[in-house]
Amino acid sequence: MADKKLVGQNYTTPDLRAKVTGRSKYAEDFRAEGMLFARLLLSPFPHARIQSIDTRAALAMPGVRAILTADDVPGPKDQVSDAGVVIRANPRSEKALTNEPLYQGEPVLAVAAVDELTAVEAIEKIKIRWERLPFSVDPVASLLPGAMNARVEGNVWVRPTPVQGQPAPLPEVIDLKWTEAEVEEYKAGRLPMGKDTDPSWSYGDIEAGFKKASLILDETFVTPNTSHQCLESRTSMAYWQNGKLFIHLSTQSTVQTVMSVVRWLSIEPENVVLISEYCGGGYGSKGTGTVSDVIPALLAKKTGTPVQMRISREEEHSIGGGRPAVHGRMKVGFTKEGRITAVDMFTVVEGGPYGPGNDGNTASRFASLLFQPEAMRWRGVTAITNTPPRRAQSQPGGMQGIVLMEPVVAKAARRLGIDQVEIRKINAPAGKARFGAADARGNRTYTTSCFVKEALDKGAQIFKWDERKARNGQREGSKVRGSGVAISAYNAGSVGFDGLFVIKPDGRMYIQTGIGNLGTESFSDCQRVAAEMMGMPWEKCELTWGDTSRNLPWSCVSGGSQTTHAMTRAAHATATDAIKKLQQIAAKDLGGRPEDYVVANERVARRGGGAGMTLAHAAQRAIELGGMYDGHEVPKEINAFTKRSAAALAGQGLMGVAKDAYPRDGASVSFVAAFAEVEADVETGVYRILDYLCVADVGTVIHPASLGGQVLGRSILGIGHAIGQRWVYDQQYGVALARRFYQNKPPSILDVPAHMDWAAVELPDPETPVGARGIGEPPVAAGCCAVLNAISAAVGDEVFVRAPVTLDHIVTALEMGRPTQARLTANV
Amino acid sequence: MTVQEQTPQEPSHVSRRTFIKVVIASGAAVSASAYLFRGPTLLGQGSLPGAVERLMTLNVNGQMRRVDVMKQETLAMTLRYKLGLTGTKLGCDRSECGACTVLIDDVPHYSCSILTHTVRAKKILTIEGLETANGTLHPVQQAVVDEQGFQCAFCMSGFIMATVGFLKTNPDPTRAELAHGISGNLCRCMDYDKILRSMMRAAQYMQRTT
Ligand code: FES
Ligand code: FES
Repeated sequence: MADKKLVGQNYTTPDLRAKVTGRSKYAEDFRAEGMLFARLLLSPFPHARIQSIDTRAALAMPGVRAILTADDVPGPKDQVSDAGVVIRANPRSEKALTNEPLYQGEPVLAVAAVDELTAVEAIEKIKIRWERLPFSVDPVASLLPGAMNARVEGNVWVRPTPVQGQPAPLPEVIDLKWTEAEVEEYKAGRLPMGKDTDPSWSYGDIEAGFKKASLILDETFVTPNTSHQCLESRTSMAYWQNGKLFIHLSTQSTVQTVMSVVRWLSIEPENVVLISEYCGGGYGSKGTGTVSDVIPALLAKKTGTPVQMRISREEEHSIGGGRPAVHGRMKVGFTKEGRITAVDMFTVVEGGPYGPGNDGNTASRFASLLFQPEAMRWRGVTAITNTPPRRAQSQPGGMQGIVLMEPVVAKAARRLGIDQVEIRKINAPAGKARFGAADARGNRTYTTSCFVKEALDKGAQIFKWDERKARNGQREGSKVRGSGVAISAYNAGSVGFDGLFVIKPDGRMYIQTGIGNLGTESFSDCQRVAAEMMGMPWEKCELTWGDTSRNLPWSCVSGGSQTTHAMTRAAHATATDAIKKLQQIAAKDLGGRPEDYVVANERVARRGGGAGMTLAHAAQRAIELGGMYDGHEVPKEINAFTKRSAAALAGQGLMGVAKDAYPRDGASVSFVAAFAEVEADVETGVYRILDYLCVADVGTVIHPASLGGQVLGRSILGIGHAIGQRWVYDQQYGVALARRFYQNKPPSILDVPAHMDWAAVELPDPETPVGARGIGEPPVAAGCCAVLNAISAAVGDEVFVRAPVTLDHIVTALEMGRPTQARLTANV
Repeated sequence: MTVQEQTPQEPSHVSRRTFIKVVIASGAAVSASAYLFRGPTLLGQGSLPGAVERLMTLNVNGQMRRVDVMKQETLAMTLRYKLGLTGTKLGCDRSECGACTVLIDDVPHYSCSILTHTVRAKKILTIEGLETANGTLHPVQQAVVDEQGFQCAFCMSGFIMATVGFLKTNPDPTRAELAHGISGNLCRCMDYDKILRSMMRAAQYMQRTT
């Protein structure tokens, strides 16, 4: 792909005109004939059991059509993966409705009525007998002797060790409390490194590492949490026709969300038509839909009528979920040159009621990757809390691990008198960098490539780092400036998905995309690779997306920075398949060998000029030839989902259809280096972010405008974590107190610098044919930590022990000469 | 919903009475408070105070539209659910996010917090009314297209309407002025840099067309 006309260029995405004119339809914008409306009854208690429900008065109301309770919701079923492995259903997993709510705001029942007011009036008439149960909203407090537990069985998850050849054992819940000595440690503001229950890991000799160190820092820190606050709440609408479910919902993925619906409703994938052309933000929380999405489907079945369930902002706050805070302790040893010799890391994850998630482990893996300690150990506990469910939020776990590590490195650099960029370069990974745990044979995973040092150098130059750092701590009146740098990383791509397109005799290329349209534009961007390889002008490409009745291929989850990597590979494989077919058609008709022909400029023609034919003509020939050429025969390795779609499209032209089977050596990870300058007022504590730059190592750039959007948008998500966003609970009553935007405000346009900048290193990933990886995750921790590190560069190290950092923390800490934030509590 | 309780394991430090009081005061027990409308089937039943509809005429996007409106109905509800103008979005329904911004007599307003019956004599402009009949985009829309601005775009119509309104009062803003002008709108995808760049380009386009 030497001569790129499409890849790397800005263009107008096919969804944009509909968006600017208001014609784009999100889940709530659909109406169906005779549609009913559902409303939810949410638990008022953080933990309770329902003893009885009396719905008679509600059902007697005119206009009320049906009531759905937990007893109507099918239980989770065991799954069999593509590889034939049984995945046992966890009976403790989240359901659409519950008889034992585990957080205040959890859906208990739903009423369908002719309109919303009627549904709500009906809810008012429902009588419930509750048995209130003990609860806990603070993971650390739940570890204190005598404290209440979030679940009847206990407060901490354990994962039994899997036995080879058997289905993975289900997680269990135990009651874990600290010893007296550990409580003393806790009272001193240090996270006790007590009994660990997560599957821990280590490598190297950490004791030797600490012995070698000339500086050892031992820091306890609480990472910020917040709900996702997608601007579009997770509304859904559903109806049934001839045994098929039609469901409109707000989800990040398209094809993959079908599989969730299949699981939640125990139906066959071919009986689900899922429509989601536009999704108003997910940030991980709508990865493959939300379990509550199926409530309208169940009500529609019960009533034989379409049902829509709109979700209000307050409901969204509880059922939408959020990021878990991680309470972490980092003991880190440095040589006097700044090299990290050892890390001993302990985490307590605020896990919400369902789980267990993997945040502690992920946190430790990325801490180990970014700073390449010579030896490291991680241990952790995943605690259960009666707070909204924790869902993946941009850079899940990785963000927390980096937020635990970055401020420690910044502090060490100041103590050792080493430049902040330099200390990161000294420890940065490069090439096939190893990270995380070792497997049974003692081998550790490694990256496909990494160019963190290059990103740091490029950033330092653009940001004029040397000039700015000279201003650190300099006072002008009551104002003081500080500049910070931070590095970050996250998984950035999966493999093994399918692509599908047809070039028709009208000379146009019809590309099917199963990627969700969540605003990242990857649903379209990835397809530019195929168009480029086919020599098709973009104007002649037509994209179909967002509706599974329209024959989409098996695609990855649109989340976790997977898509750009996974689906450019699939697009590459698919175009390669189509090119091979075109070469064969040309050789058949025009003579010579297939490899004598090249595809370019809408033609397949002899290399170096000579005989050829238009792709339009070749498409016609493909139909005449049939078989694999027009999709009547497809490769056997493609997914069943793609096979169905290909069968429906067969015979219309030349079909490109393939599975990405390219080799990959290593784990695909993207990196960023971010720089921020802040100005703080030491009298008022008010601080402003003056400037921000984020440099991304994402391999080949596919679409600069959308890459820039992801880099800066996700950076600001992280900056929000640094400057003020958090969940707040009332510890006494177990209720959330920050349920709306005004109580937990996402950054506004005035909270960020008027100019923000981004750049890319632009070194292709050697382990993927297009060279491109995803980027949605790494900027989050980078944005958060660049700002935190800039604050400490301005006002010193003894200001914060958790994030967010607000003006009162700054003034009071400066006055007292030590951090005044509460240590080691949830945000209560 | 009636809360009837039986409490075998009362948290020691919480009396039942204070517990119930707080839970009720928190208001989120029943998700009843936001996003409500009355559909056509039960019109006139009106068990909620004021749920009686009145026929009125609204001037929306230059057209006179007849519509039945309840006394307590918000403009966003009327636009979205009675007139089918779903380009106006609801992000919060409570004056917090600006997703529902429309122009009323050229001034941006949160349509989630305006009662429809108060705008009967006024000109309402929504995102659907910006494009000309022959399909030419408004300069602000065109600028967003040219910059590939926004991500999920759920906030976009609100931002576009806020910008259209702001540029009427300040056609030649600085970046900082424009940021202030549209700071009543939240974007959760938060690529504010590109949003602002789109809107500065919009200001340029507007000057060219006037
Ligand atoms: S929906 Fe009106 S301001 Fe949020
Ligand atoms: S672009 Fe998604 S909320 Fe603004």
